Amino acid sequence: MLRRHTHEAVLALVTLLAILVLSLQSDQFLSVANLLNQGRLMTEVALVALVMTFVIASGGIDLSVGSIMGLSAILLGTFWDGFGLPLPLAMLAVLVVGTVCGLFNGIIIVHFGMPPLIATLGTLALYRGLAEGISQARSVRGWPEWFARLGQGDWLGLPVQVWILLAALALAGAILGFTRWGRTVYAIGASETAARFSGLPVDATKLAIYAVSGFASALAALIFVARVSTTRSDMGTGLELDVITAVVLGGTSIFGGRGTILGTALGLILVQVLENGLSLAGVKGDGTIVLIGVVLIATLLVSTLTERRARA
Amino acid sequence: MTDLSQDAAAPRTGPIRRILRDYGHELLVVAAIIALLVVVGAINPRFVSARNMTSVFSGNAYIAVAAIGMTMIIVTRNIDLSVGALIGVLATVSGTLAVSGAPIWVAWVAPILCGALINAVTGLLVAYAGIPSIVVTLGMMAILQGGLISVTGGAWISDLPPEFLLAKMKVMGLPMPLVWAVALTVLAAAWMRLTPYGRSLYLIGGNAEAARAVGIPVRRRIVEVFMIHGAFAGLATLLFATQLQVIQSTTPPNLELLIITAAVIGGVSILGGTGTVIGASLAAVLFAAIGSALIFVNVSAYWLRAFIGVLILVTVLFDVMRRRRETRQKGH
Repeated sequence: MLRRHTHEAVLALVTLLAILVLSLQSDQFLSVANLLNQGRLMTEVALVALVMTFVIASGGIDLSVGSIMGLSAILLGTFWDGFGLPLPLAMLAVLVVGTVCGLFNGIIIVHFGMPPLIATLGTLALYRGLAEGISQARSVRGWPEWFARLGQGDWLGLPVQVWILLAALALAGAILGFTRWGRTVYAIGASETAARFSGLPVDATKLAIYAVSGFASALAALIFVARVSTTRSDMGTGLELDVITAVVLGGTSIFGGRGTILGTALGLILVQVLENGLSLAGVKGDGTIVLIGVVLIATLLVSTLTERRARA
Repeated sequence: MTDLSQDAAAPRTGPIRRILRDYGHELLVVAAIIALLVVVGAINPRFVSARNMTSVFSGNAYIAVAAIGMTMIIVTRNIDLSVGALIGVLATVSGTLAVSGAPIWVAWVAPILCGALINAVTGLLVAYAGIPSIVVTLGMMAILQGGLISVTGGAWISDLPPEFLLAKMKVMGLPMPLVWAVALTVLAAAWMRLTPYGRSLYLIGGNAEAARAVGIPVRRRIVEVFMIHGAFAGLATLLFATQLQVIQSTTPPNLELLIITAAVIGGVSILGGTGTVIGASLAAVLFAAIGSALIFVNVSAYWLRAFIGVLILVTVLFDVMRRRRETRQKGH
């Protein structure tokens, strides 16, 4: 167990150490209220990161998630406020649009053979451009009470969106870890050609992964809009980098074939712990960003070097 | 698949066909620029006025210069997400020196050297530690961006001495940024195509094993290419940071993606091994022209990014289809 999950073990240790050190710096850090609030804040990134684990483990990448989030936020405002759709219907429509955006990524990658990095770089610009063009820098406010609860309310003692996150976490962990479909993802990431010759449904699996990535980005957008009670076309800018940082920090190989939901969860927690703990300890946000960069490179360095030694 | 192997395998053909084959992609970008100038110029003649053209092209020359280095990085099958943040850091380094009373040439040379040094770290981590460049540069981006704001506190540098403002100077009546962009592009293109060193980069990107087998020190080359790319980022910084009287501690958002996009639209395959710096520079020109054209035909500038997105997808689609056709032809 430990040998198979060295990276996760190292990461768990680092996270525990960070929690220990940071809790000595501030009494608020380990308070229940603060931890719950952190769970609320990390949900949007986390939802996208769970699916990104599948994307990267299959040897792909999706840079367009932040743009899909921005476009979804803007469309939610347009559908509800502009077209006068009932809000539940508008939310459903946004989830459909997000999924279609993801599916479009999948189609140009799978059927037109574009490298995922470039394809989603193009759609990053395209989707963000659509968000900017449609919104014309206008934002929509005045969301109903029940909608705001999705981002600001509690249910059974936990923030509402944390329940969604926990459900997504369980689902993603179960699928990637224990199903035939999850093993197909790893097989594609390890060697797409081999997976194809083994008769695995490579194309369908990749299409589904990118579509779900779009869906998760749209869902994150709904929660984000509900949390901050406004829509802006620049929502989710840079989200892709936060998400990829958490996933890679969690031990998913950028070349595909390896990665776990447990690792991604640990990566997300470590980033959130550092951001929150350091800001409570009085370090400015920009100093924290530096530290996250250092932690990312250092973790990869240690894990690459240990692996090399293990192989030697 | 590399330029080298294409040269070796190419049948003897006429000069025009050869130019079309070798520079087909670049010519496509040129055609797009000309078409844009003609169409938008017909709608609104002020678009093609000398004044507008000069401001558009010299204002964006720094992207072309940065795209030269990025092209080299991508040709060797790497990527650099940190270049936007790097340009921000280098601008502050240069501006701080300029207002501190250091000789102006120091303020000009420092960003070039610092760019090369900072990127040497990136290159070492990529080449010798074996961490994928996308991850290293993601981390470097965070370090540089966060570090810059931490150190400067977001303050602007103002009161730059007028003799520091390189981008406002002229050479033989032409704006300096334009002259630099053209000169650097031509030099870099010649270097990559004509020297053994430049050509070895294509081999590294096309087939690293083969490169090693013929005795190219692949790891050292990758560190060096990152340093060269850093120096080009420094040159780009000089053109970017000396346009106005002040230097902000932020760069345009997603600058790195804009630079990568210029390289890609210019015909650099993200799979490594092919692409020229001329195409990348031309693509930067195309962006600048599109951005300005939208304003002149009264389309809201908010749609600019959507246009660029479509442009990337269409260009890459063409590229992918052409490659497929070529592979099929070779198969028969």
